[in-house]
Parts: sequence; structure tokens; C-alpha cells
Amino acid sequence: MKVKVISRNPDEYMRETKRDLHKVPRNYDPTLHPFEAAREYVRALNATKLDRVFAKPFLASLDGHRDGVSCFGKHPERLSTLCSGAYDGEIRVWDLPMRSCVRNFVAHEGFVRGITYTPCGERFITVGDDKTVKIWKAETPEVGDEEEPVNTLLSRTVLLGVSHHRTEPIFATCGEVCNIWDETRNEPLNVLKWGVDSLHAIAFNMVETSILAACASDRSVIFYDKRETKPLRKMVLTMKSNKLAWNPMEAFNFTVANEDFNLYTFDTRQLKNPVKIHYDHVSAVTDVDYSPTGKEFVSASYDKTIRIYEIHKSHSRDIYHTKRMQHVVCVGWSYDNKYIYSGSDEMNIRLWKARASEKLGATRPRERANFNYQEALKEKYAAHPEIKRIARHRQVPKKIYNTHKKMRAIKDKEKKKEANVRKHSKKGKFKFVAEKKKVVLKEDV
Amino acid sequence: MRKPEIDKKLLKKHLRGEHADEKGVKTKFFKEKLKRKEVYLEYAAEQAARAEILKNEEEGFIEADQDESTADYTQKEIVQNVDITAATKHFNLSLDFGPYRLRYTKNGRHLLLGGRRGHIAAFDWVTKRIHCEMNVMEEVADVSWLHLETMFACAQKNWVYFYDNQGTEIHCIKRMSRVNRMEFLPYHFLLATASSEGFLSWLDVSIGEIVAQYNSKAGDIRIMCQNPYNAVLCTGGSKGVVSMWSPTVREPLAKVLVHSTPMTAIAVDPKGMHLATGGLDRSLKVWDIRKLSGPLAVYKCGMAVNEIDISQKGVLAFSTGNICEMYKQTVMESENPSPYLRERVNDYVYGLRFCPYEDVLGVSTGKGFTSLLVPGSGEPNFDGLEANPFQTKKQRREHEVHALLEKIPMDLISLEPNEIRGVDVETLQDKVNAKKSILFVKPPRIDFKSRRKMKGKGGSANAAKNKQIVKDAKRKEFIKDAKKARDKVFEQHKEKSTTEDFIPLESSNATVLDRFKVKKKNK
Repeated sequence: MKVKVISRNPDEYMRETKRDLHKVPRNYDPTLHPFEAAREYVRALNATKLDRVFAKPFLASLDGHRDGVSCFGKHPERLSTLCSGAYDGEIRVWDLPMRSCVRNFVAHEGFVRGITYTPCGERFITVGDDKTVKIWKAETPEVGDEEEPVNTLLSRTVLLGVSHHRTEPIFATCGEVCNIWDETRNEPLNVLKWGVDSLHAIAFNMVETSILAACASDRSVIFYDKRETKPLRKMVLTMKSNKLAWNPMEAFNFTVANEDFNLYTFDTRQLKNPVKIHYDHVSAVTDVDYSPTGKEFVSASYDKTIRIYEIHKSHSRDIYHTKRMQHVVCVGWSYDNKYIYSGSDEMNIRLWKARASEKLGATRPRERANFNYQEALKEKYAAHPEIKRIARHRQVPKKIYNTHKKMRAIKDKEKKKEANVRKHSKKGKFKFVAEKKKVVLKEDV
Repeated sequence: MRKPEIDKKLLKKHLRGEHADEKGVKTKFFKEKLKRKEVYLEYAAEQAARAEILKNEEEGFIEADQDESTADYTQKEIVQNVDITAATKHFNLSLDFGPYRLRYTKNGRHLLLGGRRGHIAAFDWVTKRIHCEMNVMEEVADVSWLHLETMFACAQKNWVYFYDNQGTEIHCIKRMSRVNRMEFLPYHFLLATASSEGFLSWLDVSIGEIVAQYNSKAGDIRIMCQNPYNAVLCTGGSKGVVSMWSPTVREPLAKVLVHSTPMTAIAVDPKGMHLATGGLDRSLKVWDIRKLSGPLAVYKCGMAVNEIDISQKGVLAFSTGNICEMYKQTVMESENPSPYLRERVNDYVYGLRFCPYEDVLGVSTGKGFTSLLVPGSGEPNFDGLEANPFQTKKQRREHEVHALLEKIPMDLISLEPNEIRGVDVETLQDKVNAKKSILFVKPPRIDFKSRRKMKGKGGSANAAKNKQIVKDAKRKEFIKDAKKARDKVFEQHKEKSTTEDFIPLESSNATVLDRFKVKKKNK
């Protein structure tokens, strides 16, 4: 007779000393883990709830400017540095971890219209209402030394924006015309013009580096190539675009912040209609900036909020607002994909987390694994009504809530009317036009 | 370097089902996404299968010598042939306050005994360390551990009492009166009770509230067990019918006639696959819970079965009078199988339970308790995060917090526990109902208030007439719309008829009754 019964040696299952880790033998047999789906669902629900509980995105407010903040310059190499310009011509350089201003000086008479760092991060270029382009050293001058620009370039025309080439020492300014400058020369290399009053925003493509695009006041968006002598093409939208940002990962995609409360993501290969319309703002959108991953972007609006969108989604992922924040003029996404800065009319710069409930600071591996697990669960059960409701819920200012409701009512009404007209008229006379097809009025080559 | 091959059987054990079919998916993007997901799932199953190699315990077994059968071996002989630690797991307790009921904790470490004449004892049966022992001086119908070994419930003569492991009375629930049987659903934190008045109640022990209580209308419930797979309660009774109950539905989810005589015992296996029932007809039947159309196996016993239990590895144990018989598989091939083990205990058996994660069968009788060794009945490798027999105090606390956070809401108790993962597709019945509702709609009530007119411009008679006119017009409009909708439904379901002068040789749905149809006259 041969018998064996289960007989476990406790030494194999218990830790030897108090300093050891507990031994946890695993058996992944599904029959030992009943109610798998239900338990996962409950975990997903808890994770979603915790996500909302920990959603505290506001980090700091940087005060010091004596007028509204007009533009940002992000340092290409140092995450801790941020440069900001104001309506009174003052420029401030901030140390973000210390939340303090390390340097401030008046650079221009009138507005500072644009700031951009050179790719090496040693200098930055500012343009202002006084028709000058000034190049400054990024290093703070010695105590007692005066703030002097390294170089001052005089422009014949008004300047409204600036953007630097990704690698070469070349930058572009916009205003009445689009100028391409070399950092070392006093005259523009190239002057590009397409018969419009003014261009108020300009941006170099980060991947296809010689391409740049500008927003014009005649509602158009114009594309240039710095190697060509003439502009490439132009498209006219229904309303004016305020800002433009290229996707840093996908060379052909860009997003414009429009005056008609929407943002439009376009594919340059197909300019007839936008790839996606991003709704949700209830006032003109003033600025847009991409995350370095190219998967999300942040937008600032005149409705005193900033919103974060995923590039393939029509509606925002998140909305940030505070009681004291006024019309947001400029916004930026930090190069480490973790923070967002916003500058607003009431002279403050605000620092936010890019993901509202993310834990800042170092995370231990087990913590990290748990966060990943929760993230996966949330995604898996995202479609369940209870989870969806909690994940989507945001407390917004009453004014925005009401305006949103009003806008929706107006839109519904228009849609209904259009449908009625179509129904009661001769077949084919009023065709259904998709919302996307209504955006671009004209395309010129 | 190539990884070693995995056994197909192992891989199948860890896969959660068939591959998803990408056929119905519309866009390429989502097709690709689905494919990617499948790759991940397969990888997860593969990893789980590879982890099998880390299991360090092996299943128990017993091998008979030549010309002998395992059923001939007594406990004494088995105990002589096993190691010392295992030998201590066989023991007898002779107690005076019987008949006894027994219960093991989820991790199989602690044992709770309750004697009808008021004796309650809770102890760690491996080390034989006693937690508490007392006499409640009242009749005890049933006992049950709660989620941990620190608390247990006791169904006494009138009410259900709760004690901690020191024996201190924590709580008394008077709304649960005259309870016969109790079951604790560990993942839902529900204590389910069945009373002698036929009431089923579910008490949420984490918040101390009765979440559901209703009359099952089955009279005195003396036989009850839970299905560990879906947390549904199975009750049996004198009518020979097993009914399955969930707290959210007041009717049984399923009912099945298992015996033509009154039932005596019921058990569900830990995987939730098989239901074993015993009746006064001296038979024991094993059913497939998911397909209750007929028993998988019927065994004839010498006497009526009084207790049944099925172990983690599928060993079926039942008792007739004072004899316990164990069978290696729940469903045996032959009709007259020979038992795996057989043991005679000192008195009539009142409780029979396998200890989880051990090769032990606990038998409580009229005169005490016996722990029998049944090699190969328990799962040798436990999962430390699910149920850990060696858990320390700190681990226990951690486990309790996690378990509470993951408490499954009671609304999710249904026959199919993974329903929450499925897609809510309209069933055929729903579609039929929707169409039916179009066919039989009532015209709505019309509340019409005539406009107030100037004095002298029409009296009440006129107003009533106008009202009638409007009502008629509205009704006509409604009937017209309804007819249109109805016609549309009929149009969809009309058979495609051929031309009139063509008589098909074989009609697709010809019946013998066709001959009575009025024949078409030839012109």
C-alpha cells in the first residue's frame, strides 16, 4: 500500500526572520479565483472613483507680471526653466521647481508678441510691438550688469509672432509678411507674402523641418517652405484661427485654435476637411500646444478654462479652471509630458498636472505596477454605464455649464430645422452636408 | 534560445475561452486592436501555464497492493503509512452535546463545531489550539464562519447570533428568526439564511444590513447549500425539487425536479459544475448545473443518503447512516462503482465537509467529530492572495481590507457570474416583444382643453363638440400611424410567394393538414 497525503512543511511557507518578505505562493488556476469578471469590475469601479478623488491638477500660481501674460518660451533642454512675456513688454524667466522668478527685464515697448529659445538653449529670441527682434542670452547676467540684448534686428513691418527652426540657426517671424531670418544676419533671408493684411501666428514643423505654417487675419492658414521663394498653399476657414500647433510626432498633422469655439486637426495631405473637430469650448480658443508624445494637446480659451484633448477624440478629456483665472491667453505643455502651464489676463502663470490624478514624484516598482493594472482595468471596463458616468463627470463653472447647454440647444435646433427643410423640399435640392465639410471654404495652391 | 513547449492541456486550462471573432468588426483599426488584444490574452495564458512549474506540492494518492482494493483500507492503516504531521490530521473528538454541525474556514485552517444542545467550539484544527468553547444554553441549528476566523455566526433557537473568536457575543439579528441553515458568501460579504418559515434572508455583514429577505413559499427549508461558482443558493425540500435563489429576484432562478421522493441532502462542487442530490428513494444523483435536463449519474445506495460533499479535486463523499463512502470522481463511468474509501464512524452522521487545501474530510456525528484522511481530495497548491492557511496576523488584516474593497455588489448574483463582461445584446425575445408591442398599442388619452373664448362666442355644448372633433381626429391619425407600422412588420415577415399559376411540387412548409385547404378553381 502506497499513500501520500498533502503535508506541507511550514518552513516553506513562512518567512524565516522578521526582516524577510512574506512568502506568497501563487496558483493561477481559474477555478481557485471565482467571480473573476465581477471582482475586476469592482476593482475598475474603485480605480475610477479613486481617479476622481485624487484629481487635483492645480500645482502653483506664479505671480509677478504687472500685466497680462501674452506668450511662453519653453527651454529645449532645461525642464525647470520657463520664459514668459507680458503685455507691458516685460519678460520674466521662472524657476519652476522653486516657483520663483529668477530674472525680469523690460524687453520691448508695448506687447511682447513671441518668445522662442534657440535649439541649443543658449539664447532666446523675442519679438514685440516695437518692430524689433531681440536676441538675448539665456544665462542671467552678473550682478550689476545691465540686461542687454546680444543682437537687435529691426524689421520694416509689424511683428506678431516668432518660431525657431528645429535644428538650424534660422527663425521665422510673422506680421505683415512672413520673414525668414538667420540669427547672424541683420536682414531677413527671405520675405514671403501672399496678399493678406497680417499673419498673427507662425509655427515651424518639428519633423518636416523646412515647412512652416501661419494663421492670417483673413481667416486663412498659409503654408510656407523656407527653401522656396513663394508660399506653398493656403486654405480659408469659416472663421479666424488664433494659433496653430504642429504635431511633434506626425509630420503632416496640425491643429488650429479657432475663433468659432472649436479646434480643428488637419492633415496637410488632405486640406479639404479637418480630420477631427474638437468641440467643448464655449468661447474663442486662444492657444493650443501639443504634448511631446503627439497624442494629446491642450487648448486655452477666452471662456477662462483650459481643456485637454486626445487627438482622435471630438470631446475633451479634461477641463481645468479656477475661480480666479481669467481669459487664458497662452498655454504650454512641458517637454517631459507631465505639466501644463497657462498664462492668463490676470497676470498669473499657472502650473498644472497634465494628468489630473497622477502621483508626482518617484514611484516604486510595485506602485507603478499597480497603477498600470488600474489603468488597464479602467480601459477594459470603460464602457460600463456606472464607470463611464463617474469618469466623465466634471464640476464646471455655472456659466460654462449653462452656455454649453444653450449652445447644444441652438445646435439641435439648427439641425432639426435643416432636417425639416430637407424633408419638405424637392429631393436632392438640399443635400446633407457633414459638419466637417462646412469648415474649409476655399483652398488655394 | 527557444522556450520549452507548453502542454496544450495546461494552456487550455488557463485560457478564458475561444478567440474573439473579428468578422463583425467594421473598421480595420478596431480589427487590428482586437487582434492585438488576443495576442496579449494568449500571452497571459501562456505565462500562467508556464508558472505551473513553480508549484511545489503534489496531489495526494493511495495505491492498493495486488488483490486489494483501496476501499478495504481503514483509517488506522492509512495513518500508519503516512508521515507524522499528516497522521496528526486524523483525530476523533467525542463530545456530549450533539448532534453536531461543522464548518471549515475558506483557507481550511480553522474549524467550527456547533452541537444541537448548545455547544460551540472554534479552534485551529491543525495545531489543535482552541479559540473558544462555550455553551450558549440554547438550541443551535447551524454555525458558519464569516469572512475570517475572527468571527462566526450561530443560528440559535430564535435568532442569529454573532460571536468573535473569543466567544464574545458581538451582535444578535432578531430579524433572522428560527433559522435552519446558513451559508456565507465570502466574495459578497453576505450571510444567507433559510428559516423554518421558508424565509430566505441575505445579511451584508460589512454594513450590518439585511439586503434582501423574502418568503420562498417552500415551507420549512432544511436543506440548503451555495453554489461557489455563482453565489446562488440552492434549496431542496420535501417535494424533491431544487430551487436556486438570488437576492435580487423573488422567484427561483431555476427549478429542477431531482427526486420523486423528499430530498435528504444536497451539495455543489467548488467549480460549480455538478450538483449532487440525495433522496429518500435511496438514490444519489449527480447533475450538470448548466444543463439540468437529466442526471449525469444515478447511484443506488443501501440507505437514504444523509449528507453529501464534493471536494476541490472532485472526490464525492456521502454518508448513509454511520457509514461514509468516498468516490474518486464525481461522475463515474460504471453504474455500480466501487468506492474509493469507506469508513464507519461512531454515530449517525449529521455533517460532512471536505477541508479546503487539505486531504481531510470532517465528519460530525451525533456523538462528536471525526477527521478522516482522504488522499487526493484537496488542492495541494493554494494561492497566497486568495486563501492562505499560513497567513500571519498582518497578512490577514491586509487581506481583509482588500476583500472589503472588492466586495461584489449583490445585484451581480445571477446564474452566469461573468455576465458583466458580456455585451448587452437584444435577445430574440426582446425583438419579438418589441414587434408585438407595435401590434397591440392602445391609443393614448388625449387631454384637450379648448381655448377660452370671449363671452357669447360659443357655449359649453360647442366646446364639447370641438373637443370630440379634435379627439376623433387625433385618434384617427394615431390609428393610421399604428396601421402603417403594423403593415411594415407584416411586410417584413411575409413569405415570398411565387406566381399564382405555378404550383410548387414541394412547398417548404407543407403539412398534412393542407388537404383541408380550399382548392383554387381553374378558370
